Amino acid sequence: MTQGPPGVRVPTVVVGGYLGAGKTTLVNHLLRHAGGRRIAVLVNDFGDIAIDADLIEGAVGDVIALTGGCLCCSFGADLVGTLTQVLQRDPRPEQVLIECSGVGLPAAVARSARLAPDVDVEGVVVVVDSETVHACASDTYVGDTVRQQLRDADLLVLNKADLCTPEQRRALHDWLAAAAPGTPWVEASQAAVPPALVMGPRLAATRGERPWQPGPIAPARAAAERFVNERRVFEQPVDVPALVATLAAPGSGVLRAKGWITGLDGRRCLLQIVGRRVAVEPLPPGAGPPGPDQLLIIGLAGVGGVD
Amino acid sequence: MTTPTTIFAARKVITMNPSRPEATHVAVRDGRILGAGTLDELRGWGPHALDARFKDKVLMPGLVEGHSHLMAGSLWHCTYCGYFDLRDPDGRSWPGAKSLEAVIAQLRAASADRGEDTPIVGWGFDPIYFSTRGEGLVHRERRCTRQDLDQVSTTRAVGVLHASGHILNVNTVALQRAGFLRAGIDHPAFPLGADGLPTGELKGPEAMMPLLDHVGLNRSLLSGDKFGIRAFGKLCVRAGVTTATDLAATLQDAELATQLAITGEADYPVRLVPLLRLIGMKPADAVARASALRERSTEQLRLGRIKVVADGSIQGFSARLLWPGYYNGAPNGLWYSAPEAIRECYALALQHGLQVHTHTNGDEATELALDCMAQALQAHGGADHRFTLQHAQLANAAQFRRMKALGLCVNLFANHHFYWGDQHHAITVGPERAERMNACATALREGVPLAIHSDAPITPLGPLFTAWCAVNRLTASGRVLGAHERIGVADALRAITLGAAVTLKLDGEIGSIECGKRADFCILEDDPTALAPDALKDVRVWGTVQGGRVFQAA
Repeated sequence: MTQGPPGVRVPTVVVGGYLGAGKTTLVNHLLRHAGGRRIAVLVNDFGDIAIDADLIEGAVGDVIALTGGCLCCSFGADLVGTLTQVLQRDPRPEQVLIECSGVGLPAAVARSARLAPDVDVEGVVVVVDSETVHACASDTYVGDTVRQQLRDADLLVLNKADLCTPEQRRALHDWLAAAAPGTPWVEASQAAVPPALVMGPRLAATRGERPWQPGPIAPARAAAERFVNERRVFEQPVDVPALVATLAAPGSGVLRAKGWITGLDGRRCLLQIVGRRVAVEPLPPGAGPPGPDQLLIIGLAGVGGVD
Repeated sequence: MTTPTTIFAARKVITMNPSRPEATHVAVRDGRILGAGTLDELRGWGPHALDARFKDKVLMPGLVEGHSHLMAGSLWHCTYCGYFDLRDPDGRSWPGAKSLEAVIAQLRAASADRGEDTPIVGWGFDPIYFSTRGEGLVHRERRCTRQDLDQVSTTRAVGVLHASGHILNVNTVALQRAGFLRAGIDHPAFPLGADGLPTGELKGPEAMMPLLDHVGLNRSLLSGDKFGIRAFGKLCVRAGVTTATDLAATLQDAELATQLAITGEADYPVRLVPLLRLIGMKPADAVARASALRERSTEQLRLGRIKVVADGSIQGFSARLLWPGYYNGAPNGLWYSAPEAIRECYALALQHGLQVHTHTNGDEATELALDCMAQALQAHGGADHRFTLQHAQLANAAQFRRMKALGLCVNLFANHHFYWGDQHHAITVGPERAERMNACATALREGVPLAIHSDAPITPLGPLFTAWCAVNRLTASGRVLGAHERIGVADALRAITLGAAVTLKLDGEIGSIECGKRADFCILEDDPTALAPDALKDVRVWGTVQGGRVFQAA
């Protein structure tokens, strides 16, 4: 059992957040917009999840079969073992989502998930209840747990934003600047965010594909704000550190990115961005998809350099 | 027509019945007690056989272990590697290993009788006692590495489970088979050696789990297979125990079938009380499952109780502590259940008349359980619910008063002082709180129904030893830890009989020797009330009578 090279490993995202924030709603939304991906959902235990009934096809043992070749199983105390088994299934899942328990610390779950072979933990997405997170974070018992969950996030989904007044939302944004400094956030209703924001853009997506857009959701920062997809093709090697610095700069508007680029030293790398987390991993010679280097970026229109 | 009556004659019968504390004879019919008294008094029940085999022995009510696990039996599949001498279910004595070298030697010896492909597994390992006291409070513990265990075998997997149950050491082969003999592992539960490879110490369940199968510690073994359940029964007889809990069971169908079958055997000597652990299911599902299980209860297998785990352990720094937290500055521990889940479970269980036992170690976890209980009771009522806090090791006096007010029972971990008291004093909670840990005297003073426990296999099953711990509060190094929390022998003996029965809501059936109760006796060679309090642990157990059946200890 060894770690495969980047690209062979299965993209995995950890979804955290306190009880009632909307983790399960987000997971259901992603399953509903899987776009043909075989998603494996791992939940801390079935006590935490309620997969929408119409997505369930049946159950075999501990595994719930879902529509579109997706599946759901609980990992209880054995995340690494369960993850290892799930990735040995044929056909192999193309995307793993790990849903933490409501009091789970997602960074710790991510660290454990990285122990399983061929798992690429791309990042931690934490869902918060925009109405209650502030109060939860000062709760006598779970306040420190909630604050740690926020600090663990690479990207925050501010769910139930539609239930808040503009003043409440502004107050939340100001508070988050200190509670989760430097962590990008998107607002959502019913946890409806572009699926690629969580699971990453699909490199096989057709050029000019329209980005998934949420329904009538209150705009996040500016009236004209919309999610945009951008595909950048690189025919030549690029200055990787400079490119990364641009993409990761505060205010760049970049929320998620994934792709292959070749550095000035001729080495091909896998570049990934999940919110504040940037990972550049050199590939073994000859690895990666054929064709020119390309980078798919999801960001917010009207913010920074995107669009 | 009446069934045969047996009258047992004894040197002394300690009844735990305050109306008639002592007797010389006990009459038994249909596995139940007709009465305790003099032979003359009992003759009135009619024709009987007089059984004089206990005429030189002392009878107590069968002891009740309110917090143990069937795994205490299953682990005897493996080699005992603890620091203290211990007897196995068959009475064979295993000398304590006083050094890592001794542990290695024991495992090598054990490996000789098994096949070439079988893993070599040890348990009860506690290298904390191999440490040398450094300057001030610094303990330098001798860490066990895979190279150490490679001395046991370089071709077979070797694993050694620590006494706490929270750490596993493995050898190079085991690491390799599990796929963890590689560089680049970045995880706090995998300490790395100078070579960048894991040292073979796996600190915590998430790191242990992937290795367990490779060292032969599979789940069915840990939860209690047939061998384990039978071995557990033998351990109980040796300890004078006639009713014992399996405090965190999953109770899947297969497991339940095994337990029903074995406890139904004519010579199974213990009444088992498994509690369904709230994990992997919603509170509503746990309550529904426990309600269904309750209907399947038998005389020897009592089902229909729920166990909730609120936090972790104090020595593992995963318990939730109130301000000011850990003495050594370690960050606060982890919640194992969300407060909402605990509250919901309490509320639903109250509505369905089910009992909930809650593991709380740190005082913040105890506080949370008290808050949840207060809220659930306010919403749903629930007279005489007997919900019980298990361990509640750091509970303070105010919390005991709240337990009393809310009708909660407590089962304190008296054995902890002996095994880890020195570490609690020096490292985890510091001198003041270490002295009030497992505050039996405060619990009694505040009127909280009290039991004390071993948490076997974490510490050995043996309620008389547990009583000794509560009476003397000595640590392994000989320090009296919390003189003011010591309790008297009579109170301690009550805690391991009627006290524990109260926490299980079985005190109408067991816990004392009086008319109408089960004929469950602990048969002793010595009178625990006549010995010096510090000799309580040395009281010799002959065996038990359970449901009128006689079991001599192996």
